[in-house]
Parts: sequence; C-alpha cells; structure tokens
Amino acid sequence: MTDRPIRVVLAKLGLDGHDRGIRVVARVLRDAGMEVIYTGLWQTARHVARAVADEDADTVGISLLSGAHLTLVPDLIDALRAEGVGHVPVVIGGIVPDGDVPVLEKMGVARVLGPGTTLERIVGSFRELAAASRAGQRR
Amino acid sequence: MATFDTISGREIKPFYTAGDLPNPNGSDGAPGVPGVPGAFPFTRGIHADMYRGRLWTMRQFAGFGSAEDTNQRFRFLLDKGQTGLSVAFDMPTLMGLDSDDPRARGEVGRLGVAIDCAADMQRLFDSIDLARVSTSMTINAPAPILMAFYLVAAERQGIAWDKLGGTLQNDTLKEFHAQNEFVFPPEPSVRLAVDVIEFCARHAPRWHPVSISGYHIREAGSTAGQELAFTLIDGIEYVERALQRGLKIDDFAPRLSFFFNAHNEFFEEIAKFRAARRIWARRMRDHYGAKNEASWRLRFHAQTAGCSLQAQQPGVNLIRVAYQAMAAVLGGCQSLHTNSMDETLSLPTEESVTLALRTQQVLAHETGVTSTADPLGGSYYVEALTDELEKEAETYFARIAEMGGVVRCVESGYFRREIASAAARYQREVESRKRVIVGVNDFIEPPQPIPTHKADPSVEPGQIERLRTLKAQRDPAKVAAALDRIRASAAGSQNLMPAFIDAARLEVTVGEMMSALADVLGRYKQTAGWW
Repeated sequence: MTDRPIRVVLAKLGLDGHDRGIRVVARVLRDAGMEVIYTGLWQTARHVARAVADEDADTVGISLLSGAHLTLVPDLIDALRAEGVGHVPVVIGGIVPDGDVPVLEKMGVARVLGPGTTLERIVGSFRELAAASRAGQRR
Repeated sequence: MATFDTISGREIKPFYTAGDLPNPNGSDGAPGVPGVPGAFPFTRGIHADMYRGRLWTMRQFAGFGSAEDTNQRFRFLLDKGQTGLSVAFDMPTLMGLDSDDPRARGEVGRLGVAIDCAADMQRLFDSIDLARVSTSMTINAPAPILMAFYLVAAERQGIAWDKLGGTLQNDTLKEFHAQNEFVFPPEPSVRLAVDVIEFCARHAPRWHPVSISGYHIREAGSTAGQELAFTLIDGIEYVERALQRGLKIDDFAPRLSFFFNAHNEFFEEIAKFRAARRIWARRMRDHYGAKNEASWRLRFHAQTAGCSLQAQQPGVNLIRVAYQAMAAVLGGCQSLHTNSMDETLSLPTEESVTLALRTQQVLAHETGVTSTADPLGGSYYVEALTDELEKEAETYFARIAEMGGVVRCVESGYFRREIASAAARYQREVESRKRVIVGVNDFIEPPQPIPTHKADPSVEPGQIERLRTLKAQRDPAKVAAALDRIRASAAGSQNLMPAFIDAARLEVTVGEMMSALADVLGRYKQTAGWW
C-alpha cells in the first residue's frame, strides 16, 4: 500500500445545506491527487462513520455551518469508534466560534479549519494528517 | 495587481462611449435612449417617482430560539423603525421536521425560530397586528404548510385573509440549484408551489405567494449572469405551470415577486437589476400577452451578499454592506435586507442588527440617492452592462430549453454544475490573489474577537416539551383523518391548501403533514451528476 493516493471522506453532517465550501474543497483535494468520496448532504454520524470504514479513508472532513457542532461532533467521534475507525483523523470546517475550537479538539478533532483558511493550507492539512495516520497504523 | 474583469469574469473596457449604448433600434425608445422610469419595459424602475413616492421596505431577516424569543426581536426591530418583518425558520422547520424528530437534534431554534404548528405561529406574532404588518417568510419545501399556519394565526387574530400582506418564499426550484432544502422530487415540488399561487390568487389577493430567488444561487457561487438567468427561467417555469392549471396570466402575475443578491461588483449588480426588469416585462407582455401593467413590473427584494462577509476584521463588513445596499437602491429594489457585520460568526447581536438597519436609514435619509429615479440611467457603462446581462440571460434560456427545460436541467444537475464551476473559479482567484479581499489575503491584521450572539441551550428541550404536551392534547382520530385527507389530495390533483389549513386548525404539525405528503409524493435523493 505504498504510495496509494490519500483517500478522504467528506461529509455534511446534520440538516445544514451550505455546501459551497465543501464542494470547492472536494475539487481542490481531487486536483491535488487525492481520492475524495463526498457523501453529500444530510448525513448522520453513523452514515459518515460507515463510509469512513467502507472506503478505508485516511482522513474525514466534516463541514458544519449550522452551529450544531457541539451536539453532532461527539456523535461522530463515538460512531467512528464503534465502526473501528476511531484512529482516522477528523477535520472540521465551516463556522465554529473560537471558544468552541478547544472543546472540539478535546473531543478528539484533529483540526478545525475556519473561514478564510487558504486552499493551500487545507490541502496541506489533509496530507499531514493522512501521513501521520498511516504512520500510526504501521506501528 | 489590479484586475479589470468583474467578480463574475466579465471583461470591462477602459471607458465606454455612446457607441456602447444598447438597442440602437430597440423598444426602449429612441436610439441610445433607455426610456423613462415607470414605463415599459421598466429598465429604469417600476415607478416614475420611485423612492420619492415611497421608500423601499426595510426588512431584516430575523429568527432564533423559541417563538417568544423571535417575537421579542421582531418588536425590537419595529421599535427601531423597521417597516416589515421577515421570518428566519430553524433548519428542522425548513426541512419539514418537528422539533422532536431525532434528525433535528442540536438544530432546534439554532439558525432560526422553531415553528412546529399553528399555535407556535400564533405566539410568534403575539401583539403584532397581522393586518398592518407585512411579513416575509423564508420557507420552501414546507411553504404551503407554514402558509396554512399563518392563515390560521390570522384567523385567530380575527383578521380576514384578504387583508394580509407579505411574501412567502415558496421557490422550491432554487432549492435544487443551490439552497439544498428540498424534500420532494422536482415535479411535485413545483406543483406545491403553484398550489399556493393559485390559492392566494383566490383567497389572499394582497399576498405574494412566491419570491423567485436568485439570492441563494449567487450565494452558492454563481456569476451575476447565472443568478439573473436561472432566477428568471425559474419564474417562467412557475408561470407556465400556473397557466397549465387554467389561471389567467393577469390573475397571478401581479403578485409574483423576486429576490436578488446585492453583491460587491457595484455597477454590474445595478445592471443586473435593470436587466431583470426589462427581460420580465418583455416576456410578460409580448410572450404571455399580459394586459395588466402590474403583470409586467418585476418587483424585487434584495439582500446584501452574505458570502462576501468575512470573519477577519468583521467591522469591515459594515462597509461592504453599505456599498452593496447602495447598489440595490440604485438598482430600484422594493425591499432590502442588510446583513449584519457579525454574521460570518453567528446570528447577529441586537447591536449589529441595529447598525445594519441604520445603514439603510442613512441611505434613505442622508445620501440623497433617493431623490431621483434611476440616477445612473443613460450612463454608457451601466446601459452597456445592462444589455450584456440581458443577452447573457437569453443565451442561458436558449441553452436550458435545448436541454429539455428547467425540471430536466434540475434532474441532470446542470444548474449545480454551472454554479459549482463558477464558485471554484472564484475561489482560485482569491487563492492566487488575483482578487484582493481586505483582511483575508491582503491588509491582514491579528484577530480581534468581537462579542457574538450565544444560542440558549434551554430552547431545544423547551420546544420539545411544549410540542409533546400539544400532541398529547389533540384528538388522535381527528389528526389521523386530517392526515388521510392530505394523502388523498396529494394522490389526486386537487389544490392541497384547504387540506393543510384544516389540519393546521387542529394543530397537526409540519412534520406530520410533510411525512404524510412524502408517503404519496416520495422523497428526492441527490444524484451522482450533482457534484
């Protein structure tokens, strides 16, 4: 499995339909050579966790602009563990108030990328996290 | 390096002359003369006296928490001099789910107000006279049901439906293109929208039963030309469907209304509004044979561009909003929402929403832009842009017709792909700093946090509790009968509004009615071609 392209699952969690950002991110990650599985809108935590397991993803990116992150992200972390993919790093994008970032990190979120994050930094973050996750898996 | 194309990618010349004036032999008037405001084709505005006669309606979109919370915000805004109300519903309501639905977890009352039933709607407008205030409701897939709640709330205030003024967004087509709050497949979605148009034409003649919206299309990343074209072609689709029902054009066209984005590109935005009026007037008169001048006039609400707001240096957003609002006014809007500076971070605070409203009041009372109609009429540049946008829209109309029409293009994902390509192009331009965004990719400063609105965690459990109590107090046999009637009407071809209104009177909830509808109409799944 050396040099297998990075596989990323991207998902919209909950009812929020704001998908302009996540679709731009999907295109950019694809252009950067990653394999992107975008699950689409209105996903439940369990659906996303199953997609991460089924797709053998290196990382998972969640977009949330609904303000429901403190309810839905813990559900996701639990669901990933239940699917046996609790080690896959979770990236959150969208609107997260500054004060909530450490709360999410404590829950196990690897990175929160807020508004204004450059596409370059987004690509870099997914690369680093995938590499770290693979290295962790090999150990 | 400076760029000389618009944010929509339109190339701009160093200067414009009389040679750029459109329609040398067009119906606007003499060569190069754009006609007068208040006369066909209304390029220069729908009234001759424009804002001298009446200012636009200052209408701030508001809603959060429980019906009481939002009622309080409404009264605060009316006290501050706002002239119309605009309801923001929470995500579960927008998706037609009750507050106690497991899928609603964490989202009840968060991005808008939670409304489950007619009693909630009644509390939302407590002590607000529905005969005097004009109310706009941003709701789409469940729009007919929320309209039924509003009609029942009015009934309970003792107000006749023909006294009600306001607007129901009820534009399900753009949900498929951009806003993503669709529930049913495209065909039944359009049918439901037309049910409201038909019902209001007969029973609530002062109400605008649809607000054909480009706002969300633009927010999703479209160009100005796409926003214009996709909105108007959606409008034409509703017109066609209403005519197929046997309605006469002049029975409903005067109550159609539109909703556009007011984005950063100042002159192109003004030209977009002017082009919209001209295209619509010509269609209504020349193609549909409308005789009533009111049918020719395109009326629109504008909202400044939410997607142009930045989280960095939020105070700068005040300046963006002010310019965008001026473009909307110079473009001849009938009502306007100005975004608050903190809306990239959370729902707005009372302070920031007051500043947003004050921005409109300064425009209206201090700048003098309201003193004459269409002050930019005759500008070589603006007239040339107006003409270019009109041509661009006509090109899109032809392409959409070739591909089988609006519903086919929804199903094939055409609209979504067009919009997504424009959004990706724009983002790359920002990334490469071809486009400078103040505070984001230039003129950067360290973050300075500002106070933001905090959601009240007791809202969700409170709303769920109230809903459970309400459900327990109803007569289950009557509720079941009301839902059966909805299913039966949906299976046939009757207008569904009477069944929704009767159910609303019994406090049947939005979630119950939507799920009865889904039993018959099905739910729409996104298809692969959509990305």
